[in-house]
Amino acid sequence: MRNFTLPSEELMGSGHLGCQGCGGALAMRYALKAAGENTIVVIPACCWTIIAGPFPYSSLKVPVLHTAFETAAVAAAGVRAALDIQGNTETTVLAWAGDGGTFDIGLQALSGAAERNENIIYICYDNEAYMNTGIQRSGATPYLAWTTTTPEKTPKTEPKKDIMAIMVAHRIPYAATATIAYPDDFIRKVQKAKSIYGTKFLHVLAPCPPGWKAPSELAITLSRLAVQTRVFPLYEVEDGERYILNRPKEETALPVSEYLKLQGRFSHLTEQEIQEIQKIIDTRWQRLLRLVSESS
Amino acid sequence: MTPTLTGTKKVVTGNHAVSYGAMLARVQVISAYPITPQTQVVELLSEFCANGTLRAKFIKVESEHSAMAALIGAANAGARTFTATSAHGLALMHEMLHWAAGARLPIVMADINRAMGPPWSVWTDQNDSLSQRDTGWMQVYCESNQEVLDTVIHAYKVAERVLMPAMLVLDAFVLSHTAEQIEIPDQALVDQYLPPYQPIYKLDVNDPHSFGALAPPDVYMELRYKMHTAMEDSLAEWARADEEYYGLFGRRYGLIEPYRTDDATLILVTSGTVTSTAREVIDELRAEGHRVGLLKIRVFRPFPAQLVREALANAQKVAVIDRNISFGMGGIFAQEIKSTLYNAPDRPPIFGFVAGLGGRDITPKVIKEIIEYTESHDEPEDLIWVGVKR
Repeated sequence: MRNFTLPSEELMGSGHLGCQGCGGALAMRYALKAAGENTIVVIPACCWTIIAGPFPYSSLKVPVLHTAFETAAVAAAGVRAALDIQGNTETTVLAWAGDGGTFDIGLQALSGAAERNENIIYICYDNEAYMNTGIQRSGATPYLAWTTTTPEKTPKTEPKKDIMAIMVAHRIPYAATATIAYPDDFIRKVQKAKSIYGTKFLHVLAPCPPGWKAPSELAITLSRLAVQTRVFPLYEVEDGERYILNRPKEETALPVSEYLKLQGRFSHLTEQEIQEIQKIIDTRWQRLLRLVSESS
Repeated sequence: MTPTLTGTKKVVTGNHAVSYGAMLARVQVISAYPITPQTQVVELLSEFCANGTLRAKFIKVESEHSAMAALIGAANAGARTFTATSAHGLALMHEMLHWAAGARLPIVMADINRAMGPPWSVWTDQNDSLSQRDTGWMQVYCESNQEVLDTVIHAYKVAERVLMPAMLVLDAFVLSHTAEQIEIPDQALVDQYLPPYQPIYKLDVNDPHSFGALAPPDVYMELRYKMHTAMEDSLAEWARADEEYYGLFGRRYGLIEPYRTDDATLILVTSGTVTSTAREVIDELRAEGHRVGLLKIRVFRPFPAQLVREALANAQKVAVIDRNISFGMGGIFAQEIKSTLYNAPDRPPIFGFVAGLGGRDITPKVIKEIIEYTESHDEPEDLIWVGVKR
């Protein structure tokens, strides 16, 4: 971190329409710092449809193509093909989708693009529900979380879909997780993705203060706690094979309750349920360590 | 201008006529998904890409929805784009058809008319394309393989002038898998007719714009008005494209084609391959002394209302053959024609016939029955089912 300089280039303007403390807004700012001005952004239906600003405004200083909910990956592939055939292989094409557009409705197009190894960067900013439509559960919503379609009496009973495992199974050249609490790690990963040919996938945890029922000033704290509690470890996978663990480095993690207790969406949990979640986190962590050690 | 006949003669199927048209149009990005009876279109285009005949990127997507989405991305980035599909593939694209039109992208697509399931059918009818009537796509119904090839090239000319997408439509098997001798135009002449696509706006990092951003109510309606006026303007562009093409290649089709209508008391209205059969029947009945004529509707969207009014002005009766059905209302061409004529000073009675659904043959006998029925009845009927077993 000490040796890291945040790129000073700002490709996202003030006046965007994100909520206070929006993790997705900050994620875009960092991603574009890394991707640079020679970038075209493709945005399907998601919070960023709004955050980018209505006609005739744009909060981004790079070209933006808005597209339908389930089409981010393939519309980006189309842009890539058109640039290539016109002799422009330098411009980065960045698909920028939420968790609904990635885990659920856009998974088919994403899988197709990954299978064809389309030369795009796909970043999923994951706020763990359909936040733009008012906090409905998605395949990315965590186990036992409250949403408006999983009320407290019947919270989400299924675990969060493991999107990284799905993308890694496509054996794409690069897949990585990132979050806004570690901009150095995030920016380095986008820069690395930019240097690789083929489909690059980044899964970015992007806290949503209204949807998570948490104070907006805790967005970065929550991002950091997600890593420190091993809820959202930071790692990379190259060519579907080589696992590299970035964070947390510590032998002992913070208990998951430290992360859960700051969020209203988990306020209904019993002590027993929190322990159950802790067990799931521990199991997944052991699996990740195994994959890292097997590939090193 | 003296028509110049050039090019080479070749015996090809309707599907391959589409492929040759796309090749000659020098499409730059193709994206498609297999579906019967369309698949041969993109098989031949794959060959053209593989052997270097065509310099294009071919994205072999995992669905028709993605095929159209890929082209939307590509067209927004300034490429000339092409796809082909049928029936369920077209239905799956529906959302993106609206997107392509709303984004004002001159994407061209061939739809091989195939009946919708269930029950499964691979044979022809028009319910697939007509279900997309209100998406903002121009639609042209073709009658022969030569017309198919020529219409692909026309379609780019018009689409790129008015910035609306265009769909050419051909009957499954009757055209798609039937080989006819056609002329493959000379590439240099096609290049002269159709210069490279130069979009006014595109995704460009040196001139960044946002495409498709949220439009509040104070601008949305104006954008829809502009789409409609572009469609209206495209009527003249289809005529111009047809004439310019005639000047170079000696073939023209018109937006509609009246046949022996001048003194006709009864005019039959058709679209697609039924027209060829009907033309034969008209000749036969004319020889027997019947004053019958034929009107082929080629361009369906934009609807050439004025031309249709003029063509039908002197008819005493009109019989429309619809190879489609809007359940609860009737044949769709019949509805369009009735709607077109309603405010005309002289409007003939209109008989609506539904025939040939799901690929059932519309034979000369069937067409004669339709004409005889119309001749022998004075009161028009909105919907007459032809040959249905009750």
